[in-house]
Amino acid sequence: MTMKNIVKKVLMMILTMVIVSFFAFLAFQIIPGDPTTKILGSEATAESVAALRAELGLDRPFFVRYFEWITNALQGDFGRSYIYNMSVSELLQGKLCVTMLLTAIAFLMIVVLSIPLGLAAASCRSPWVDRAFTVLGQLVMAVPPFFIGILLTLLCGLVLHWFDPGTFISPADDFGRSVVYLLYPALAIALPRVAMTMKMLRSSIGGEMNKDYVRTAYSRGNTRLATLYRHVLRNAVVPTVAFLAMTAADIVAGSVIIEQVFAISGIGRLLLTSISNRDFPVVQAIVVILALVVVLVNFLADILNQRLDPRLRLQ
Amino acid sequence: MLLKQRNTSFRIGLCIAACIAAMALVGYVWTPYDPDMIIGSEKFLAPSLRHLFGTDNFGRDIFSRTMVGIGTTFFIAVGTVFIGGVVGIIVGAFTGYFGGVVDEVLMRINDALTAFPNILLALVFIAVLGFGKYNVILALGVAFIPSFARVVRTEFARHRNMNYVKSARLMGAGHLRIIFRHILPNTRGVLLPALMIGFNNAVLAEASMSYLGIGVSAPDVSLGYMLKEAQSYMLTAPWYVLCVGLVIVLLILGVSMMGDGMGKGEK
Repeated sequence: MTMKNIVKKVLMMILTMVIVSFFAFLAFQIIPGDPTTKILGSEATAESVAALRAELGLDRPFFVRYFEWITNALQGDFGRSYIYNMSVSELLQGKLCVTMLLTAIAFLMIVVLSIPLGLAAASCRSPWVDRAFTVLGQLVMAVPPFFIGILLTLLCGLVLHWFDPGTFISPADDFGRSVVYLLYPALAIALPRVAMTMKMLRSSIGGEMNKDYVRTAYSRGNTRLATLYRHVLRNAVVPTVAFLAMTAADIVAGSVIIEQVFAISGIGRLLLTSISNRDFPVVQAIVVILALVVVLVNFLADILNQRLDPRLRLQ
Repeated sequence: MLLKQRNTSFRIGLCIAACIAAMALVGYVWTPYDPDMIIGSEKFLAPSLRHLFGTDNFGRDIFSRTMVGIGTTFFIAVGTVFIGGVVGIIVGAFTGYFGGVVDEVLMRINDALTAFPNILLALVFIAVLGFGKYNVILALGVAFIPSFARVVRTEFARHRNMNYVKSARLMGAGHLRIIFRHILPNTRGVLLPALMIGFNNAVLAEASMSYLGIGVSAPDVSLGYMLKEAQSYMLTAPWYVLCVGLVIVLLILGVSMMGDGMGKGEK
């Protein structure tokens, strides 16, 4: 049963990737601007344009190019950048690590902060604490992550001098310092998500607390805390894990923006410069890679959820 | 519908959002100073009664610029929700109501697209369309269609076999009439909060895109664009970044409190 589910999920994943890659490829074929004008300038002769089109393979039919592109992409070859004189995969290599590191730190922060805080908020019965958490959460959720980033740069960077904004070092050169620098952008991404996850966890704990098995647990002499940790948590955490998986996609998107705030040379900055330069092989590659990350994370979350909640395995 | 809500959260949110909307509306016809007037002698003035939010690097009044900026941001957000909402409702309504193969195929594509964050989708569209105010609306609008379509589809699939729909059908009502006159009004409890969340996401996305320099460009001013300008003068004029950021936060807070309150009111 489980095996069949996994196979089904994998097939769905492949289908999703085919759709995404097709759209990513199609989108950049129907654009009016031709990359040759960007490379050769607007005063190029017709012959040199035609020669370059042939060199870049732009003169062949659409589906031929799509299949060629996708088979090469599967082997890790995304073609050459129009602007930089290197292959796309070379260009991406170091930058992908940076973005993934940032995403991982942000995700870790969300899990480490929100689950204990959510539990603490749920186990405290004072209505004032409850209200305080609600108001604070609502406020934090309303702050755009990049604005939190700007505030952190202003406060921790320029006023308190805890870090030097704009002096990011690649993790390949100095892993420790790189991670320390990434803590601030990660916090900027994480804070609104922590508030959302806490809200989610609290409401699902609230829903579980009224159920019969909780009353049974109490009647057997369990204290409130023991019931919460031993019985309720496992049920309440299922929707939260699903929610966290969904946010993983948004964290990747968030890090694309935050990289600009903190001047981190990751995949997001590359995406932006490539969009401005109309360097489409790079944009396509980044879109497909980000989609793959998102799809994989969703898949892992599904598997994790089935581990946590046996009922899901039957569906 | 809006006035019947008696929820505290909804009321506070409505007040905050209304204040900011009022600023935007007034900003369309009148601002305390000309938002583009450059006064060399009044650079980087701290907030005072003359300049509520202070002045920027060109001596322009930040409060006036903010009023115009909210207008642009509002316009983009409303346009986005309009495009995404109308197309999303139509697609979601028909697929949810009729079901079948088309529904299956569209929802597969939809799943693929919703798995992908809105803002990244919009970035791709902007790369295709080019920059500027109207392209931002179009890009965000199209990027928002899948999420609306999904919400609407779920509701329509839930309603299509309910008794009131069956009896409407027995009375001879056509499909279009059932979809738009009978089912659509019944989905408002889910649809309106979804539209509010969509509005907030649009504000957030516009601000992010303009901040990244790929959204609204020069003669236009939007809140995100102002933040981008403000970041360069963070140390000399911290009020610039703080005031503009605060307005964005209040706008999002107001609308999300309204959405929250509405959700509670329906239960």
